[in-house]
Amino acid sequence: MFMNGLTQGNRSGMNKMILDRRELIRAAAGLAGVATLGSMFPAWAQAVSKGIAPTLGTLTGEDIALTVGHSEFTTGGKSGHAITVNGTLPGPLIRLKEGQRVRLSVANTLDEDTSIHWHGLLVPFQFDGVPGLSFPGIKPGETFTYDFPIVHAGTYWYHSHSGMQEAMGHFGPIIIDPAGEDPVVYDREHVLMLSDWSFTHPHQLMTRLKQSGGYFNGQKQTVGGLLAGKDQPLKDRLEWAAMRMDPTDISDVTGSVYRYLINGHGLEENWTGLFKPGEKVRLRIINASAMTNFNFRIPGLSMKIVQVDGQHVEPVEVDEFQIAVAETYDVIVEPTDAQAFGIIGEAIDRSGLVRATLAPASGMVGAVPKLRERPLLGMKDMGMDHQMPAVLDLSQPDTSADHGSMKMRDPANAPGVKMSPAVATISPMPADRVGDRPTGLENVDHRVLRYSDLKSLTPHPDTPAPSRSIDLHLTANMERYMWSLDGERLSERTEPLAFRHMERVRINLINDTMMPHPIHIHGHFFELVNGQDRAKQPLKHTVNVLPGGKIAIDLTADALGDWAMHCHMMFHMDMGMFRIVKVRHEEGAPA
Amino acid sequence: MKLSLLTSMAALAIAQTAITLPVQAQEHQHDAATPVASAPDASQPVADEMDHEGMAMDHGAMDHGQMDHKTMDHGAMHHGQMKPDMMIGHMPAPKAPTDWAADAIHGQPAMAAARAALFKSTSETISHMVLAEQFEYRASDAGDAFAWMGRAWYGGDIDRILIRTEGEAKINGTVESAEVQALWSHAVAPYANLEIGIRYDIRPKPNRGYASIGIDAMLPYWIETESALFLSDKGDVLARAEFSHDMRITNHLILQPRVEFTLSAQDIEEQGIGSGLSDAEVGLRLRYAHTPAFAPYVGVHWERKFGDTGRYALAEGESRSSTNFVAGVRFLF
Repeated sequence: MFMNGLTQGNRSGMNKMILDRRELIRAAAGLAGVATLGSMFPAWAQAVSKGIAPTLGTLTGEDIALTVGHSEFTTGGKSGHAITVNGTLPGPLIRLKEGQRVRLSVANTLDEDTSIHWHGLLVPFQFDGVPGLSFPGIKPGETFTYDFPIVHAGTYWYHSHSGMQEAMGHFGPIIIDPAGEDPVVYDREHVLMLSDWSFTHPHQLMTRLKQSGGYFNGQKQTVGGLLAGKDQPLKDRLEWAAMRMDPTDISDVTGSVYRYLINGHGLEENWTGLFKPGEKVRLRIINASAMTNFNFRIPGLSMKIVQVDGQHVEPVEVDEFQIAVAETYDVIVEPTDAQAFGIIGEAIDRSGLVRATLAPASGMVGAVPKLRERPLLGMKDMGMDHQMPAVLDLSQPDTSADHGSMKMRDPANAPGVKMSPAVATISPMPADRVGDRPTGLENVDHRVLRYSDLKSLTPHPDTPAPSRSIDLHLTANMERYMWSLDGERLSERTEPLAFRHMERVRINLINDTMMPHPIHIHGHFFELVNGQDRAKQPLKHTVNVLPGGKIAIDLTADALGDWAMHCHMMFHMDMGMFRIVKVRHEEGAPA
Repeated sequence: MKLSLLTSMAALAIAQTAITLPVQAQEHQHDAATPVASAPDASQPVADEMDHEGMAMDHGAMDHGQMDHKTMDHGAMHHGQMKPDMMIGHMPAPKAPTDWAADAIHGQPAMAAARAALFKSTSETISHMVLAEQFEYRASDAGDAFAWMGRAWYGGDIDRILIRTEGEAKINGTVESAEVQALWSHAVAPYANLEIGIRYDIRPKPNRGYASIGIDAMLPYWIETESALFLSDKGDVLARAEFSHDMRITNHLILQPRVEFTLSAQDIEEQGIGSGLSDAEVGLRLRYAHTPAFAPYVGVHWERKFGDTGRYALAEGESRSSTNFVAGVRFLF
């Protein structure tokens, strides 16, 4: 197997940088022994990994075969039904090289349609993998071949865009090695794929949420808490109750029903990545969750963020960052001590966490920190920029300051939103939250990444002023568990978001809900308007818009075709928080 | 007397509706909110203090309606700077294309079917619930009884088929009351549903059918309310209003006070109902929510008949009021 691996590696033309890493070749040899132990995991995600071995459990080359099928998945001693790629959860690592061409044939052995979307890869629209938009989907028993050039490098991932398959395990990582020299220097690398797993079928979870929007929230404020002096004081509780707003409504689906996983391993299974003291270890962190944003940290190690959503950034040293659903972060850590470190993914509502381990030897266990106290939402999360009202006379809300009305559901504050029972609130004064620490990390006493810290590593050559701007409201009624954009679900709004080819547009994403929404635009990277020099604004494929706030992005519509744009919280997308983006030549001629 | 009662009943229902309708958007009480807002700031890093200053300055100086990203670089303010952003143009949006790009590649028929499926997948989710709010044993001097009250719905977010039922049976098997409503529930506001349909009383005899119109709403302070007007096949008019609140002692232990009033516009002697406020129920139930779907409880249930309704009861040899200790289970699926 070792020899086989090497041969395969040579044939696939591993680049020099990887060949130089003898450690990794040895790692491959070590893994050959481990690989037989658990066929449920691809080699890179086996319980103990010495690092990504390019020849094992990793698919490379120009022709890659994938099979989507039913699997049994076990975590915490319990087994359930999963939908997987090539039989493992997560699926195999697909490792390609910038400049190559790839043909990915995807066979469907399910009894329902499937699909694969290559999240973050710029591909021709017909290979983007959204059934009904890019292609018809892959019918049971059929094989569909995706065929496209690899035009850029970075850490990405793939997942189903059909039904609830992604929530059931249908996802895996993608690494595209750069054609030239990698600006990131490292000795060893690991993929850390975060996910949320439920033994209850996603449809049943959704039924529960329809029955009661707060069904899975087991951390509401209580009278007991009030008496113990915890959480909000009585006065605030009454005010929030008067508005029918719950400051503990952080996540829809929580640790009460989710097991959190890293590389398919729960806390008990303790996925372990190995290192040698003194090495620069590159961690490629991907959040493949259906519904969970995580706080990510490795207590005791400083993390240098070098890449976000596959795009290089100027290194930023942090102790913790929040990773929203579908985002990716590449970090470099340099452990110098021969000790075990806990890799911690904590659900942002603090209802649960997953621990993996970074250790110099297998069998070592990283510490599990105590779950921190569940955060409470504040006025800013309700769309009230708290800096304002100090100078406002609220009895006269519509006066000289021209701040619009302070009402929590005033259509005048969002003229583009269709008002209906689907929209419970409109943020009266949404703050630009690109410079905010994310929910729950406002006050932790270590370095936390803010979007405004990110700078593109290389300047963008040409950044003209946007020719126009669009407001897009993220809307909901949490009590009815309805999610929409501008008050309408996709099925109601057949009018797409239309762009001229190469047109540059400012999009203001305004969150009228008290939940974070990771908004993903297919087929494009957009610039985050985050206060950095325009040429250094970071590129992203998914941006997390904090509750009650707004974030501006600049999108250059450089990819002809029809694309999806949606919240990457799976149930929100499924409820219709989704738009179709159409990019055409000015004349309106079809692509 | 009757008329004024009915008027006040109607006023009650309308008032509830008004509170929950969109026109009555909630006014935010600012001064009260300040403590919440200022709290997290205390420990913010210095940089944040700076951007607050920047923001304050900016808002003092700028017309907000105009500002909104069109003329300002908001991000820059987080660094305490005031940096004018490039001017964003006002080019109109292009005409929305009506073609579908993938049709040219995968063929229109295949894409049309897949497209329909995509739109369908994001359309209203058809869901359901069966909720037994009360499913309980009532112990009382007047004779122990079993009582139930619950509802079941099936449908989308806006329109649902709703069945309500409640009743009480003596332990000897005599069904004292049993009522079923079949309703169309339609969302009219974020927190309110209009419910229209029929009610049929199987007990007490003689059976009665009613037309029913009501409002089911979540009021401010998380008070749940149901109120309805009933017009019987004999022309009688009744009204009923219920209010309840789930008070969390802990995240598992929930205390639920509940009140219900029944009013009648006329005497209905054969049913033992007098005009005016005919009866009231007050309940206090403490449940242990093992899961949100299964919660055993204990509590007290008090009922009182008023006015002529009370006198009819006395004439029948029943008492006007009763107090029951109850034990039951609240469940949903």
